[in-house]
Amino acid sequence: MMDWGIFSPTVIDALVAMLQAVAILLVAVLVSALLTVVERRLLGLWQDRYGPNRVGPFGSLQLVADMIKIFFKEDWIPPFADRTLFVLAPAIAMASLLLSFLIIPFTPTLGVADWNIGLLFFLAMGGINVYSVLLGGWSSGNKYALIGAMRSSAQTISYEVFMGLSLMGVVAMAGSFNMREIVSAQEGLWFVIPQFLGFCNFLIAGFAVTHRHPFDQPEAEQELADGYHIEYSSMKFGMFFIGEYVGMLLVSSLIVTLFFGGWQGPLLPPIVWFVLKTSVFLMLFILVRAALPRPRYDRVMTFGWIVCLPLTLLNLLVTGAVILLTA
Amino acid sequence: MELAFYLSGLAAVLATLGVIANPNPVHGVLYLVVSLLAVALVFFTLGAPFAGALEIIVYAGAIMVLFVFVVMMLNLGQAAAEQERLWLQPRTWIGPSLLAAVLLLTLISLLWRDDIQRVIEGGELTAKGAGTLLYGPWLLLVELGALLLLAALVTASHVGRTVPVAAPKPAARDMPTGDADQPQPPQQPARGESSSPAGKEVL
Repeated sequence: MMDWGIFSPTVIDALVAMLQAVAILLVAVLVSALLTVVERRLLGLWQDRYGPNRVGPFGSLQLVADMIKIFFKEDWIPPFADRTLFVLAPAIAMASLLLSFLIIPFTPTLGVADWNIGLLFFLAMGGINVYSVLLGGWSSGNKYALIGAMRSSAQTISYEVFMGLSLMGVVAMAGSFNMREIVSAQEGLWFVIPQFLGFCNFLIAGFAVTHRHPFDQPEAEQELADGYHIEYSSMKFGMFFIGEYVGMLLVSSLIVTLFFGGWQGPLLPPIVWFVLKTSVFLMLFILVRAALPRPRYDRVMTFGWIVCLPLTLLNLLVTGAVILLTA
Repeated sequence: MELAFYLSGLAAVLATLGVIANPNPVHGVLYLVVSLLAVALVFFTLGAPFAGALEIIVYAGAIMVLFVFVVMMLNLGQAAAEQERLWLQPRTWIGPSLLAAVLLLTLISLLWRDDIQRVIEGGELTAKGAGTLLYGPWLLLVELGALLLLAALVTASHVGRTVPVAAPKPAARDMPTGDADQPQPPQQPARGESSSPAGKEVL
């Protein structure tokens, strides 16, 4: 009989799971931070200019320079701000999105949680994430910040309605909220083909919920001078800033998991497929920012309620009917 | 699980006390959010993760956002907090609290004397299980709830409709778009005259 000491198999399993979780957290934050530089370089490429290319080979160390700069800025809290909420808001922004990475199955073995309510957990965290912008905008005590927060909450609530509904088609086809079961249900056919409308609507809602370009009404530099984070500086601003890229990464990996078969693919190992597919959608996020103008705010809201919501409901209705008929 | 149940229950009770006792309305609403999250955790510990997730999505994620939204729009400043503090004198709350404490003691003593097993547990109710229950034995309640929501929806769309304003004067041309930042046309009539169409728009 071997003497395991304190390192019994259970303890080792728990340690491995913890290390996995920490590794996923670190990689998610690091990739999001790197994306800021990648985005600026790609925007430069597409707009016929250089972008940041001075620090390190091909500007690859720009991130380090930015980090040093942002860490050493004065961390200023305005005297007219509500201090508690002002500090709490960026933490919520970062934490709620990072927590959602819990449910994403990166490979058959890598992934933190394997829950029956997996997808609902993402929707719940998306709901909590609204508070970051709302509280950040209000506690700043600045009217531009408040207008940004107002727009953001109205936009996010509108788009969350059909974000959840657009995923229900996938859930109905897979018969589960569990992310791993959803991935394994796509072995024959990726859900993007039978659920194309759902995919389109989820993509649009994903842009809206992460406040990426065509839907960056809460920030809108030209009219709101940066919206809800106008009073933030130093690392608190950094958390809002990186939080946006964490959101991009999260939505991209969710799209891959739910509609594009997750880690599945021939020849290459699962993790490579996952990274490749996710990168394609990250590029799409950046390309859309480079290509599209920002629509007027009321048109964004009208588009959500008049176009996307009926389409999503139609998709759900047809999916349900087909499942009932074939069952 | 039992420990988690009691801890999240305690958090829910404390957060709800915070809602009542906090003079700042926005902080109070946030305590309510924490309380709802704690109740969601109670659902999780009782083996109903589906209900817990829906509690977070619907209550904490959607309804409370609207509450925060409205409270922010009211722009209650320091004056409102002062007034709340004035209202929250001990002589205001001590009487009802004593009476409620008597009721609470009665409830606890009744629960304590009960002989049934007091164990916090529950088999997991999956989303599929919840669905079959709702659309099986409880179908009537689901339909009634849907009717209620439909009535609310119809009311809301009736209240929020845009009233078509007749445009007798050329100045009223820009009114129905509702653009506040449109420059006022120079031929805008005097304030007393224009009040009737503009007032209708606001109402």
